[in-house]
Amino acid sequence: MNTEITGIVVSFLLTVLLAFPLGKYIAKVFNGDRTFTDFMNPLERFIFRLSGIDPNKKMNWKEFLKAMLTINLVWFVYAFFMLLYQDKLPLNPDGNPGQTPDLSFNTAISFLVNCNLQHYSGETGVTYLTQTLVLMFLQFVSAATGIAALIGLLNGIKEKTTNNLGNFWKIFVKTITRILIPLCIIMAVIMAFNGSPTSYKGKDTITTYQGDTVSVSRGPVAGFVAIKHLGTNGGGWFGTNSAHPLENPNYLTNMVEIIAQVLIPVAMLFAMGFYIRRKKFAYVVFGVMTIGMLCLLIPTVVTELNGNPEIAKMGIAQPTGAMEGKEVRFGPAASAYWSIVTTIISTGSVNSFHDSSMPVSGAMQLLGMMVNAFYGGCGVGFLNYYIYIIIAVFISGLMVGRTPEFMGHKVEAREVKIAALVTLLSAFLIKGGVALAAYFVAHHPDIAWAVKPSAWLNNPGYHGFSEMLYEFTSANANNGSGFEGLGDNNTFWNVSTGFVLILARFIPIIGPIAIGGILANKKYIPESAGTLKTDSLTFGVMTFAVIVIITALSFFPALTLGPLAEYFQIGR
Amino acid sequence: MKRSKNTSSLLSKELVAPALAQSFVKLDPRMMYRNPVMFTVEIGTTIMLFITAYSYSANDKSVGNFGYNLTIFTVLFLTLLFANFAEAIAEARGKAQADSLRKTREDTPAKKVSAVGEIFTNEIHIVPSSKLRKGDMFICEAGDIIPMDGEIIQGLATIDESAITGESAPVIREAGGDKSSVTGGTKVLSDKIKVRVTTEPGESFLDKMIALVEGASRQKTPNEIALTILLASFTLLFIIVCVTLKPFADYANTTITIAAFISLFVCLIPTTIGGLLSAIGIAGMDRALRANVITKSGKAVETAGDIDTLLLDKTGTITIGNRKATHFWPAKNIDSKTFVEACVLASLADETPEGKSIIELANINGASFNTRDAKFVGFTAETRSSGIDMPNGIRIRKGAFDSIRNIVVRAGNSIPSETELKVKEIASNGGTPLVVSQNQQAIGVIELQDIIKPGIQERFERLRKMGVKTVMVTGDNPLTAKYIAEKAGVDDYIAEAKPEDKMNYIKKEQAGGKLVAMMGDGTNDAPALAQADVGVAMNSGTQAAKEAGNMVDLDNDPTKLIEIVEIGKQLLITRGTITTFSIANDVAKYFAIVPALFISSIPALQALNIMHLKSPESAILSAVIFNAIIIPLLIPLSLRGVAYRPIGASALLRRNLMIYGVGGVIAPFIGIKIIDMILGLFF
Amino acid sequence: MKKYISPSLRLTLVLIVLLAVIYPLLIAAIGKLTPGGGDGERIVVNAKVVGYANVGQKFSDDKYFQGRPSAVDYNAAGSGASNKGATNPDYLKTVQDRIDTFLVHNPGIRKEQIPVELVTASGSGLDPDLSPLAAKVQVKRIAALRHIDENKLNELIDQQTKKPLLGLFGPATVNVLKLNIALDASKK
Repeated sequence: MNTEITGIVVSFLLTVLLAFPLGKYIAKVFNGDRTFTDFMNPLERFIFRLSGIDPNKKMNWKEFLKAMLTINLVWFVYAFFMLLYQDKLPLNPDGNPGQTPDLSFNTAISFLVNCNLQHYSGETGVTYLTQTLVLMFLQFVSAATGIAALIGLLNGIKEKTTNNLGNFWKIFVKTITRILIPLCIIMAVIMAFNGSPTSYKGKDTITTYQGDTVSVSRGPVAGFVAIKHLGTNGGGWFGTNSAHPLENPNYLTNMVEIIAQVLIPVAMLFAMGFYIRRKKFAYVVFGVMTIGMLCLLIPTVVTELNGNPEIAKMGIAQPTGAMEGKEVRFGPAASAYWSIVTTIISTGSVNSFHDSSMPVSGAMQLLGMMVNAFYGGCGVGFLNYYIYIIIAVFISGLMVGRTPEFMGHKVEAREVKIAALVTLLSAFLIKGGVALAAYFVAHHPDIAWAVKPSAWLNNPGYHGFSEMLYEFTSANANNGSGFEGLGDNNTFWNVSTGFVLILARFIPIIGPIAIGGILANKKYIPESAGTLKTDSLTFGVMTFAVIVIITALSFFPALTLGPLAEYFQIGR
Repeated sequence: MKRSKNTSSLLSKELVAPALAQSFVKLDPRMMYRNPVMFTVEIGTTIMLFITAYSYSANDKSVGNFGYNLTIFTVLFLTLLFANFAEAIAEARGKAQADSLRKTREDTPAKKVSAVGEIFTNEIHIVPSSKLRKGDMFICEAGDIIPMDGEIIQGLATIDESAITGESAPVIREAGGDKSSVTGGTKVLSDKIKVRVTTEPGESFLDKMIALVEGASRQKTPNEIALTILLASFTLLFIIVCVTLKPFADYANTTITIAAFISLFVCLIPTTIGGLLSAIGIAGMDRALRANVITKSGKAVETAGDIDTLLLDKTGTITIGNRKATHFWPAKNIDSKTFVEACVLASLADETPEGKSIIELANINGASFNTRDAKFVGFTAETRSSGIDMPNGIRIRKGAFDSIRNIVVRAGNSIPSETELKVKEIASNGGTPLVVSQNQQAIGVIELQDIIKPGIQERFERLRKMGVKTVMVTGDNPLTAKYIAEKAGVDDYIAEAKPEDKMNYIKKEQAGGKLVAMMGDGTNDAPALAQADVGVAMNSGTQAAKEAGNMVDLDNDPTKLIEIVEIGKQLLITRGTITTFSIANDVAKYFAIVPALFISSIPALQALNIMHLKSPESAILSAVIFNAIIIPLLIPLSLRGVAYRPIGASALLRRNLMIYGVGGVIAPFIGIKIIDMILGLFF
Repeated sequence: MKKYISPSLRLTLVLIVLLAVIYPLLIAAIGKLTPGGGDGERIVVNAKVVGYANVGQKFSDDKYFQGRPSAVDYNAAGSGASNKGATNPDYLKTVQDRIDTFLVHNPGIRKEQIPVELVTASGSGLDPDLSPLAAKVQVKRIAALRHIDENKLNELIDQQTKKPLLGLFGPATVNVLKLNIALDASKK
């Protein structure tokens, strides 16, 4: 096997190998068992005292959500104003300007919701102060919010009947102190020793070997990259994200970053198994998600390694596959692998540019985000999967001749209503957004906006359509990657994706928690031979089928007009 | 059990004609809006009607040609009619079934009497049964048809209930106790009874059931509501898909006709399950009725599918009627023939089934004994034994072990140890020992055994595979109960059961989150029937019991519970599988329509036309036609229900997923291709 | 909602200090121990900083090994990719032009010998590396201009080639800046 393939196979195996003990540890942390990080106890108590929080107060699902939404609102206001006035604040060694209100709105939301769409470029759009005090801060807390939401849901599943989802503050703070900080420190140190800068020094002006004068952007990158991946955020320090040689200096760091972004999402699945004491269920979920990932990954790796057929026609050699937008030190296999994991788990960081991926790869990346539940983002991945489970439970419950139930609770009209709403939302936001954008491009290309719709697209035809589709899909999935050719830093895109981001973040969190809370309140029904086993392989297949069908039904026409049309065009 | 009615064909002529008429009546939007999926189809069809009219009058190319629009409109209209027809035919079948039950009691002359006084002195007024009100009294004598449901307050009669139950053997009903109910339409064979009317006309259970089947007062069950929400959200999803397709097409410089948009939309929304959903629900109640069970709500049928625990009376359900003598065990030194004769003598006057069974077993003609001067000693609560005093001074007694021991010991004799051993052995085998004494000497033991119904073990095994726990309720002592429970294969038993024990057991199970079904007939069963999630009252039972339960079994057959559970499961499975089928169909429809929409401007998409449909127009038309005809094709399945197989939940899911999921993906590919080929012959 | 506002504000403040101040300062302190001292690893030739080891730079002279096309022309103040779609006709024309240019500058090289990375822009625009193959295809040109034996140049490339990680994972690479420094050094 060539070294590129072994690289990605081993990356995946290492991820699972590390995720398993981490999952066990996470379950222990939230069970309140003794762990080696108990030395954090005094720090946590200190945080709670300073914040005036009683960490032992029980919360029902409504209280849990209120606490979560309130603090998110505080962060949004804080981030918005910091970005707006960053030029007037210290720690701006490169003298970058303040963000426009629409960009600031988009950036604040984007980082708040763990998306990191980044309509600015890191070197010029933000300052060291806002990069650390706003963006990196939000990368921590948005990841912790997602994990806390999942733990809240699991608290509901864990007990037979309860209205206590746990204390949001306590779960949230422990996520930061026990999971994110320790892992980030380890990863940041690895990054630093492999050449990522850590200091606060600004641009360095040097004379190159052949005599050009060039400035080199720098900054405290290593710590930022750590949380960017561990928290499935994906927002890069530099404009080109992890393709940038200071943000991802070599193949080792590339492996570390690939592993880091998948680590917590996978670990959360194992943690779930231990935490709710249904290990088989967790393994089946993991299995389904892994198969889903492979279905997207394998075609992508194969196409990228085969190179661009249009370039092949020119008669040059493509021994390393398609290279446009890719870095030599990673190669197309690792780039393809990254492009899939980053889209399925809502990281959205890139080490190659998806706009230049082959049409098939583009379709796979889009599908990864449309499903958004093959592993998925920190905590929220399973929340999305949970919605698919509810629908699968409903249909397959009927097929075994019982009114549907999940983990001992009857799934009835109210839960179905919420689940259906959440499912509809992504179709509505993605297709609605793209329809609006396509409308302007088709009918008002020269409308008197700062950036005319005719200038939005970096590529013509189907690929241009894919750029718009990708942007809204990415926003809806809270992913943050882009077909970066799209001219997205203007009022239309900043505002429209801003709203998509915020709705697509919080409704898919509120929905599952509400369902979980309502179900947990219901009478517990013990299992019998007639009960649908949700931890069986058959049910796993059913869930997979539901995911495939819902995604296909929602997005088939859009994919047809974008990547599929482009693919078939090449084929001719 | 009556099976003759059940064999009637699904679509008999007399049902189809009115159902066809109903299909048009149901087009009324005020009725249609209750079904969101089909309501949107109706809106689409209406728009299509205008488009068709417009394309005829104006010569506007952008809306497509008139003939094509008219065809699409016709197919859409048929889709609506098919869906309505499914509902109408289900209603018609349910109503026909109920009507045939009701017909028997219409306008029967009733012998009304005044509310007080003795039977024989009252003046009788002949009034039509429809004039009877709740609380009125009437008299029925041999040969009369009972005009109305009621409760016997005086007298006893044998009644032929075959009109209702199909069971030809007459039954005895008498005042007081648990067998006091009579049903309108049944016939009194002997004696004379005085009956109080218990229901207002039009409010009998049958009337309520008919109302449930008919559209007006039919309420959606909780699960039906949840499914409707899911289907409505799928409909919304496809509204989004179709609306956004317009600007997408604009971007791609493609014009899509309104006919194509509406066709795409109607094909994608789950019209199959949307059109059949209410028919499936009605058919569920109808199937219950065909099993001679009147359900008081659709919800009860649905709940039956979820039952975790079944409470079954031992007698009549698990065992055939009463105990029977199975063996004579003479004591040592007693001649077998002598013992048997003694047993027969002791039982000659015993009219209980047990007594009769002793004579049967002995196979001796009782009349051969000379008992002219003998004195029969009946069973009393005091002596708890019965027997005979022969003229020659021989006194034979038979009874429970304790009572005979008393007699023997009081006379200074002792019970032989082998007799005592035998008594214990029989008891531990689930039998009932009757000890026989002759002149205060124990001479042997008669063994009585419960006869377990043939095939009952298999039924319990089937229930166990469904995940249903069976509980036997019996008045027997725990030892006997345990033996029978094991032999019959039930999971648990309540021995020496008192009515409150049933209630407590139900409450205990429910506290553990389980759903419990039980069957009962007596007044003292009423609280438990009300407490149970599915309470089936026997039609012969008291009015109180019938009011308390949520189903009434006209056959008074205790094994009916098992059937009811299966009917419930069948209902849910049918819903689930047709939903799956309906949604799985969309995959093929996408492959038919989406390439058709864009092929003119993006020729590369020909690759997606994997069915190689002839032209975009015929592709769309084929998909719409397939979408329409699949509804009538599935009507028989909806009415009959998808068979339930107790093979475990996962295996059942796998099976149904393969047939209706995978099949649902494949079938339309084949169907649409065939239709396209047929259309190709015409165009 | 009201009762959650005060803890939200206070917790936010505490966490900003912990996560956005203490954490990066801790990493910066650890960074001091790294080869570049946390400022990025620089390459010094003759006591003069000539570049960052990891950041690619432009070589336009045919006498040097040249890196890949860059969408930002190796201006490390920013970074960027072309973001051109695989079927974009303009893009394909650009690629064709690059092939033609390369053939002009590298006489004796046939079209099918040109590795695709030399005519496609990198993701960062600052790609410091080439595959050994892409370096070797330039040997003929440089050998001719510098009058060095081709084999010697090939050996030089082999020396400068960074093997896959642990010899097992990922592609082999050659750092263009380091290769050119070594090239100049070998001349002496």
